[in-house]
Formats: sequence, structure tokens, C-alpha cells
Amino acid sequence: MDAPFIIDDPGSERFRLNRRVLVDPDILETERRRIFDRCWIYLGHDSEIPEPGDFRTRQVAGRPVLFVRDREGRARAFLNTCRHRGTMVCREREGNRTRFTCVYHGWTYDHGGALTHVPGQESYGAAFDRAEFALGEVPALEAYRGFWFAHFGGEPEPLADYLAGAREYLDLVVDQSPGARLEIVAGTQEYDIRANWKLLVENSFDDYHLHATHATYLEYMKDSGVSVRLPRGLMMPAPGTGKPLGNGHAVVDNVNFRGRPIAAWIPLYGEDAKTEIESIRGELVARLGEDRARRVADTNRNLVVFPNLVINDGSAVTVRTFWPISVDRMRVTAWALGPVEESETSRARRLDSFLTFYGPGGLATPDDVEALELVQDGLSTWREVGWSEISRGMNKTGEQLNTDELHLRTFWRRWNALMTDGAGA
Amino acid sequence: MTAGPIDAVGREDVEALFYEEAALLDAWRLDDWLGLLTADARYLVPPNDVPDGDPRDTLFTIADDIRRIRGRVKRLKSEDAHAERPRSRTRRLVSNVRIVGRDGDELVVEANFAVYRFRRNERIGEYVGRYRYRLRATADGLRIAERRAILDSEELGGLGSVSFIL
Repeated sequence: MDAPFIIDDPGSERFRLNRRVLVDPDILETERRRIFDRCWIYLGHDSEIPEPGDFRTRQVAGRPVLFVRDREGRARAFLNTCRHRGTMVCREREGNRTRFTCVYHGWTYDHGGALTHVPGQESYGAAFDRAEFALGEVPALEAYRGFWFAHFGGEPEPLADYLAGAREYLDLVVDQSPGARLEIVAGTQEYDIRANWKLLVENSFDDYHLHATHATYLEYMKDSGVSVRLPRGLMMPAPGTGKPLGNGHAVVDNVNFRGRPIAAWIPLYGEDAKTEIESIRGELVARLGEDRARRVADTNRNLVVFPNLVINDGSAVTVRTFWPISVDRMRVTAWALGPVEESETSRARRLDSFLTFYGPGGLATPDDVEALELVQDGLSTWREVGWSEISRGMNKTGEQLNTDELHLRTFWRRWNALMTDGAGA
Repeated sequence: MTAGPIDAVGREDVEALFYEEAALLDAWRLDDWLGLLTADARYLVPPNDVPDGDPRDTLFTIADDIRRIRGRVKRLKSEDAHAERPRSRTRRLVSNVRIVGRDGDELVVEANFAVYRFRRNERIGEYVGRYRYRLRATADGLRIAERRAILDSEELGGLGSVSFIL
């Protein structure tokens, strides 16, 4: 019998991960069916298709999907494949169209997916009915506060139930907009990491790695006047906790130390920014009350929505999703999210703040990429060195630090339960 | 209007600057490279899907003011810049240099580039695209006020990170 995927033994304070799950192509094939076809998968944000006919094409759970606003103003998600022979009917990344014409034989669909024109239709029999050949639709599509998710499995639970405790953390993002309206900013960061996709799940909220991986980022922040000294007993400059949120979702919820466009000033933003950040803060307090405003403005939260959506609400708000191209390579797509009401100067500050840490040209993310690629290279020894160690914090009862690993274990426990039908959970 | 020093600058001067810059960057002589920049210089790599965007309203790959350029250089010189330890070996080919405009005391210049990048026994790939520079005539000579590296690839994809100076 094969070794289990995880060894999860709170009694002996042991949590070990079988490294095979990060290198074996057969595991990835199983994940495609058991994880990506059974979970709600992030598709896009409502703001990306504001007007009827606006569309975006992207890969979702391995399928080419056409995310489009129909005539009635509803968001729709179609499988981007012609019903005739299978051709992708839309090749552009984004745009506005009310007609999608297949380049192969000219079958034409509207933005509601209806097949509106078939060249030479008379050569099909009288029984041929265009209504039977509408574009295939993603089996289930639901949104929570502007975040759209697709589901490719049978009868999914409602998205709101699936999100469970993650809803609270999405609410904290949405609360940054006076009208509860956020938008994805123009400009997409798309890059590959030569590593298994689950390593980026871990990395996205693994605060234990900050001091070792991101020493040069911390140095830059220190040079700009931010205190990055580690208080006694902590591995991060400010305290924070790791929390399970149900259904495999988890978060690190940290006291801010590195500035927030909404709304915590740091010297890096410049003296000019102080007044505007104070007024953003004032609006939060007036609208949400002192306590909630402090919750929104003074904590940084890295959220993982199982399995592959990460929302980092910190020095900016990043929306990041990633998809395994192969067992040892993933494609990452990341966007910046901001309130629609934001001023030009505030938006510029948000984007500048984003780039200091994040993205393929940031002062920090490339070092994460390096670390994950080094992990993947090291894992080729999995037959000899079989297990990874993920037990930080297991010796504690109650609250766990952001630099403990309860939130990582939360992901792995859910992953294991889905991969083994609960048998190995 | 009297002719300023910028009006005397020709393509050969621009090419000399570009070749010098490429040599310094390929040799990782980053402090010397900083010497080619003005005190208010900017370094921009727009996102692959919005190549002509403005970093104030568009999420770039890199949009550094001089402070972050200097911070980036300090980082890249550190042993802890893991993404560039060991350092990438790069070879830059800069060509098709054209002076496309004169704007006050600045010259607007475009050129094509191909940057070959190797690291850890692997050919990572070719970063191919177009430079758009704003150059200024100073007492010390021609200096770079803004350099924008616009990639032709529709996404970074297999090129991974832009952890070196592109």
C-alpha cells in the first residue's frame, strides 16, 4: 500500500507531507478531477466586464472560458468552443463584441451564447435547430460581492456556503469602498513559476519565510523609515494570527507594519500623502465606526480561498490565481484591486505600493519564485527524502501565530480529504 | 529660440550611450550604471497587455522612481537578492536606434532590444522588445531621465521574473 499523503498526528505534534504529492504527474491528474472539478474556482471580477458585450477570455480549471456581459446585463461564462467542430470562437484576451464568429466555418454566436447564424444552413435537414447549438455554458456560475466563481462538478453547494469564513475577509476588502464597489485595475501580471501549484498556496500566506526570503525587501522598507525590528518572540515585525476559515480556506490576519493605501500612512508614501490618507481614514470611521475602521485599515490579511485564489490585502490589494500547467510548472495571473471612488493620486499610490513588494518585477516576489523553484528542484529526491515538515504551532492550544503553520495545515487537510474521499483525512 | 545642447545630440551619441549602458548592465556594474541616470530618473516595464499604459492608473511590472531604482540596485548587490544569486548572465543587443522627438531639453529615443538571459545552467529565454528613452543633456553629458522597456511577448509566461535590470 502506498504511503499516505499526509501524516497528521496532533498527539505526537507531527504533521508531515508526502513529497510525492508535489512531483507525481498522476497526482495532478487526480487533482484535476477531485479538486478543480469539485470546488468553486475563481473566474473573474464583475468590474472586468462592465457593459453588455464586454468580454474576457481566460483559462479556468483547465478550460478556455469566455466571460461576457449579455444583452440583459448579466455576467455569463461560456465554454469557448464552437458547437460545430470545437474551434475556440473568441481568440482575443478582452474587448466588446455582440457577435462571435468562428473562423473555421463561420458559425456565429451572440453575447448570450445563442447560435445566430450558420452559413449554408439549408444543407442541414429540417430537424436542424440552431437553438440546440448554443455555446456551452459553465455548469454553475455564482458571485460573492463582485467575485465570480465557476464550478464544473455536479450539484455544488451555494458559493456563499462554500466560502464559509472567507466571506468575512472578502467583506473587509469590499468595505474599503464607500459604495462597496471595487474594480480590477488595468494591467495584468502573468508569469510562470517552475514549481508545483500547491507550493504557491503555501507561500502566499507563509509568514515564517519573510525574514529569510525577503531580507532585501525588509532592508528597503527600513531605509524608507519603516520599523522592521522583530519584537521578542516574533518572526514578523508585527503580531498576527493564522486562522482556518472552513472548507480549506485560511488566512493570516496581521497587525499592519508596512503601510496601507487604506488607510495607514508610512514615510514611503511621502509627506504629501498624509492629508489624503487621513481623509480616507476619516471616511472609513464615519461610515463603519471606529472599531470596524481600525479592523479594515490597520490589519493586513493574506487570504487563501481553496484551492487557488489568493487575495493579499496589505500594501495594496492583489488578486492572484494560478493554474498547474504540469506537475512542476504553474501559470500565475495577478491583478490589482481598488475602490472605484479612489482619487487619481490615491490610485497611483496604491499601484506604487503594490510594486514595491509584489509581482515579477517587485523587490520581493522574484525571491519567492526562486525559493519555490529551489524547492521543486530539491523535491526530485522525494524517493530518498520522502517527507516535508509542517508542524509549527502544533504544540499550542488556542491561537496560532501567522508564523506558525495551522493555516498551511488547513489547506493540506482539505486537499487530503478531497483527494482521498475523506478516507485519509 | 536658441539651439540648446540637446539639439546638437545625434544618433551616434545616443548609440554610444546605449552601448555603454548595455555593457555596464551585462557586467553587473550597477553603481556605474546609476551614474548614467538623472537624479529624477524613472525605470518602467509596462504590463504585457497594456504596453502603452501609464503607471499611475495601470499595474506595471516595474515602475520605479529614482528612490526605488537605487533601492533595487542596493538589493541586487546584496547576497540576499536570492532571485539573482547566482546572478543571471545576460547579453544585450541594442539596435534600430531612432531619435523620434525633441521635447524641451529632452530627446525621445527608441531602439529595439534582445536580452538573452542564462542562469543556473539554463537558458531562461530572450527578452525581446522596444526601448523608449527620454535623454537629457547635462553638464556631465547625455543622461537617462526615463527608460521604458516594452516587451513584445503577450505575457511573461516562461520568462518568469524580471529580477535583473531589463
